[in-house]
Amino acid sequence: MKYLDSLREFMRPDRVFDVVYRPESAHVDIAQRDILYIEDLTVSFDGFRAINNLNLYIEAGELRCLIGPNGAGKTTLLDILTGKTKPDSGSAWFGRNIDLLRLKEPEIANLGIGRKFQKPTVFENHTVLVNLELAMFGGESVWSTWRGRISGEQNDRIGGVLEQIGLAEQRDVLAGSLSHGQKQWLEIGMLLMQSPILLLVDEPVAGMTHQEMDRTAELLRSLAGEHTVVVVEHDMEFVRSIADRVTVLHQGSVLAEGSMEAVQNNPEVVEVYLGE
Amino acid sequence: MTSLLRGDRGGWILFALVILLMVYIPIGNLALSADHPLYVSTYTVTLLGKYLCFALLALSLDLVWGYLGILSLGHGAFFALGGYAMGMYLMRQIGDRGVYGNPELPDFMVFLNWDALPWYWYGFDQFWFAMLMVVLVPGVLAFVFGALAFRSRVTGVYLSIMTQALTYALMLAFFRNEMGFGGNNGLTDFKDILGFDIQADSTRIGLFLASGFALLAGYLACRSIVTSRLGRVAVAVRDGEDRVRFLGYSVTKVKLAIFTFSAVLAGIAGALYVPQVGIINPGEFTPVKSIELVVWVALGGRATLYGAVLGAVTVNYLKTEFTGLMPEAWLFALGALFVLVTLFFPRGLAGFRLPWKSAK
Repeated sequence: MKYLDSLREFMRPDRVFDVVYRPESAHVDIAQRDILYIEDLTVSFDGFRAINNLNLYIEAGELRCLIGPNGAGKTTLLDILTGKTKPDSGSAWFGRNIDLLRLKEPEIANLGIGRKFQKPTVFENHTVLVNLELAMFGGESVWSTWRGRISGEQNDRIGGVLEQIGLAEQRDVLAGSLSHGQKQWLEIGMLLMQSPILLLVDEPVAGMTHQEMDRTAELLRSLAGEHTVVVVEHDMEFVRSIADRVTVLHQGSVLAEGSMEAVQNNPEVVEVYLGE
Repeated sequence: MTSLLRGDRGGWILFALVILLMVYIPIGNLALSADHPLYVSTYTVTLLGKYLCFALLALSLDLVWGYLGILSLGHGAFFALGGYAMGMYLMRQIGDRGVYGNPELPDFMVFLNWDALPWYWYGFDQFWFAMLMVVLVPGVLAFVFGALAFRSRVTGVYLSIMTQALTYALMLAFFRNEMGFGGNNGLTDFKDILGFDIQADSTRIGLFLASGFALLAGYLACRSIVTSRLGRVAVAVRDGEDRVRFLGYSVTKVKLAIFTFSAVLAGIAGALYVPQVGIINPGEFTPVKSIELVVWVALGGRATLYGAVLGAVTVNYLKTEFTGLMPEAWLFALGALFVLVTLFFPRGLAGFRLPWKSAK
């Protein structure tokens, strides 16, 4: 039976054979408005269902916030989308034509899905400028990293991102001496240098001051439209200030979805959050 | 060249000093008579030439350790392999002037009753072939070793231990007479190089100059790496390997390229070292030598390049002085020096700033 199953899996009509499948050459197809299709996704760790029959659709260009109590499966979902975790069942499609579950981490990154982790990981011994430069040339061969110079056009692009993330003045400052908030922005900037289509942002404002939060909100809002942005966040105040649409996760599946107002008045959500 | 040294004050000073020596030493040794106050003895010439080779070796380690974060505890192996390749050429140059007068076989082979030259000695009578091997043998070994280690993502202490094991294994192999590299006596009793008498003053000067050029060229090559984006990627690998991988760079290839290049530099240093000291034996493979090399770089200051040169020359000068005065105290002195520098100049001698200059 095992062989029959694997033969069936191999012959599935909705797939190209693995040997022919070239995800790097594929261009994400978003003719149908939605950019991310997640259906019936389930993953469990040692019997605990971190994601349980999750269905979620994200529209191209929107700014979506994922909220939910601890253990709701928010970070696990991002892990699956970036190829770090393999789900037990279900599907996750990027556009209509790319099956994310079949790809490895670097392939997904090259397709244009960028992820910002909770803890900022910038190169502390390099300046802000060099951090962005390294992000821009990601994927280059050894030879061209040795011989390559930055063209004027590329310089302008780095300048543009520096303006966008508000670090133009800190251009030549070592990333290690930036404040926590500035590091987070730099990391977002490094994602932007890779021209992502979809940005997955994990807890961007943890540990930030109020002023920094406001600037982060502004930054993320400015990115939506050109990019699709998915933000995972605990801070309700912050979510209220940025989100078009909010999805509440609870015990691995979607509990409610809609505008912040609608979600907040949903009795089930109120119950889960107890008073929030 | 000037663009490579931009902003590198230590590098400029190094260049000035080495070029000055390369002008003065030949004059001081060849043109002045022995009783002239500025006369430079041939012993000094050879000693300085040796320091230059060590400096090049230290440079090669600084490139992988300081910039790429690979603490190689076996870099002496590449140095020794380059040295052996040169030694084999020099052995073949002896011809029938050996003790046994065999025109084909080196003395130790006659002694072992071998009747023919092993296949891996073929070609070493040609200088160009030997020079090719000086570059290829350490390079290929580093490439294969690196490919296996870096692909399996062996890092940190584990990698250091493996490099240590590499040099130890080579030491044991080269100690065996059956290997055909002269066993524990190594290769020695050299007569001439490229037709020049190896003991002659002018040959010594030539070797000294060649070492000087090699050091300067090696320095520029290292600068061209560390000032390029490749160098910035290397530093990023040192500080956060996974993050670099996440940006889409092939960390394995970056490490492999720089590690291999560094091994080639070490091999060249070894090849220049052997004709000046007149011997190469398996002692060069001992792990202690490689660790001492790490101490030079740590003392001089990592990730500066000129710091490695400074460290190599300082420690070896002190070693020469100390072993002359009281040999038994040298290791204690080295240990004390290492502790003091780590305590007071954690960034090495190159990181030393005059107190009124450090506050900027």
